[in-house]
Amino acid sequence: MQKLNKDEVHPKIIEALLGADTDITIEDALENEMILNMGPQHPATHGVLRLLLRLDGETVMACVPELGYLHRGYEKMAENMSYYEFIPHTDRLDYLSPMANNVAWALAVEKLAGIEAPPRAQYIRMMVSELARIASHLVAVGALAMDVGALTVFLWTLREREKILDIWDILCGARFTNSYTRIGGVANDAQPEALAKVKWFIDQFDENLDECERLLNTNRIFIERLDGIGVINAEDAVSLGLTGPSLRGSGVEFDLRRATPYLFYNEMDFKVVTYNEGDSLARYFVRVDEAKESAKIVRQILDKMPQGETLANQPKRVLPKKAEVYSKMEELIHDFMIVNFGMNPPVGEVYSAVENPKGELGFYLISDGKGYPWKCKIRSPSFVNLQAVPHLVKGHMVSDVVAIVGSIDPVMGEADK
Amino acid sequence: MELKELVTQKLKDKFSSINFSFTEYRNELTVSFDKKNIVEVCRFLNDDQDLQFKLCEDVTAVDWARKDNRFTVVYHIFSLKNNFRLSLKADVDESDCAIDTVSSIWKTANWEEREVYDMYGISFNNHHDLRRMYMPEEFEYHPLRKDFPLMGIPGSLPLPKK
Repeated sequence: MQKLNKDEVHPKIIEALLGADTDITIEDALENEMILNMGPQHPATHGVLRLLLRLDGETVMACVPELGYLHRGYEKMAENMSYYEFIPHTDRLDYLSPMANNVAWALAVEKLAGIEAPPRAQYIRMMVSELARIASHLVAVGALAMDVGALTVFLWTLREREKILDIWDILCGARFTNSYTRIGGVANDAQPEALAKVKWFIDQFDENLDECERLLNTNRIFIERLDGIGVINAEDAVSLGLTGPSLRGSGVEFDLRRATPYLFYNEMDFKVVTYNEGDSLARYFVRVDEAKESAKIVRQILDKMPQGETLANQPKRVLPKKAEVYSKMEELIHDFMIVNFGMNPPVGEVYSAVENPKGELGFYLISDGKGYPWKCKIRSPSFVNLQAVPHLVKGHMVSDVVAIVGSIDPVMGEADK
Repeated sequence: MELKELVTQKLKDKFSSINFSFTEYRNELTVSFDKKNIVEVCRFLNDDQDLQFKLCEDVTAVDWARKDNRFTVVYHIFSLKNNFRLSLKADVDESDCAIDTVSSIWKTANWEEREVYDMYGISFNNHHDLRRMYMPEEFEYHPLRKDFPLMGIPGSLPLPKK
């Protein structure tokens, strides 16, 4: 963090910072207002988030987030590549849960093109999204604990996440950037070893999570750093567009898996976790409980998963399997056409949203009948959730800013697109 | 579905003077109308007790690369009460590249509109803090317009001072 002079910052940002209506009043104001720059390289900002804070003493009067340090122009790139080519780029949006992004993209394109994946593929997708949710929440909880000074928990939760990354390794050959889904299904069937490893992971998960939880919930420093910090009520949370755990921490029971069921979530038995306090501690509790609910869902998926194909049979739209391309004429032609000219969904536009670990991830796609999308808008949860930060930090201390940003759990790859 | 009929009927009853056009694709309802009515229609959809579109999921724009009504501003709003999503559309012409802000109704729209302003150069009247969202303030172009080249414009991004 560094103190800034006014001529070092762009005048419009200064205007936003000083013009921000602040209703914070302090008794015996210290009369030493200053502007503090936090980030974009600060380790507690979870990436390259830059916050400009207007302080009076140590109290935050106003805050202006500055985004764009990781802006890669994915929406522009998506307009210049085929629907298949964009799958690896979705990995780099929310890089803590690439599997869930793959699923979201595949569902959006399938809705646009009118393809339906076979049941087994959908069950596999559901399984990987739930495991991705567990992995993401583990990092979120660990990083939050580290932000407020409890380093051990971070190592413990990352140890659990490592096991999920090992499952990815067996399932699709990559640990981080998976690119596992395809339009119309998944890249390959889930092998028995992968499913056995998922079962083993789920069986030991609850106990290990309990261990981490005991370490935090009985830790007075951790509780007091979060309790009553960054409170937002339900009405403001909806108006600010919060989604995911940050919204459910304010007592709004909104989960897209329940509200607009996709895949087979309407057949799953799970609880939408809500807490009414709306503070940072509530958001932490929501994440832990959601990880447990996700484990419950994965257990049901393993019981119910049907046998069968994992790729839809629509030769003009769905890439054929590699072995068939090498041995059959028709498949070779389709492969050539899809790779070179794209899959050409009919003219139209759709908005498809799924419940990602961070909140609602939506893709707004417009097709003009050609191989490339005419428009692709990524509605990323972290971007919208970050908008609440100025509201949340107002009136708190500088050190609380770190805890609040950690409790919102933004990923800048997604917020900056 | 009855919810779609309800929305259609309510809009027609309330605003008899506005020329709405309703389209449906892949089970999604889209309402298009003139941009000058955007604030009153949004306020009605937000306030109405039966509809309660309290969550503004997304504001974005489309560049159609055509002569008349080059841009369309698209809003996706969601009703938590009915679990129903609605898209609103309003055309914006390049010669008068502005539309009224809805950030007074949904606070979310604040940043979403800044992003649209940054990427498409559509300005939002009465927006209290219309700055660029991602690109630096000195940047002169709007990257998501179709006439902006994919490779960028060399020299258009100034290096930081010092």
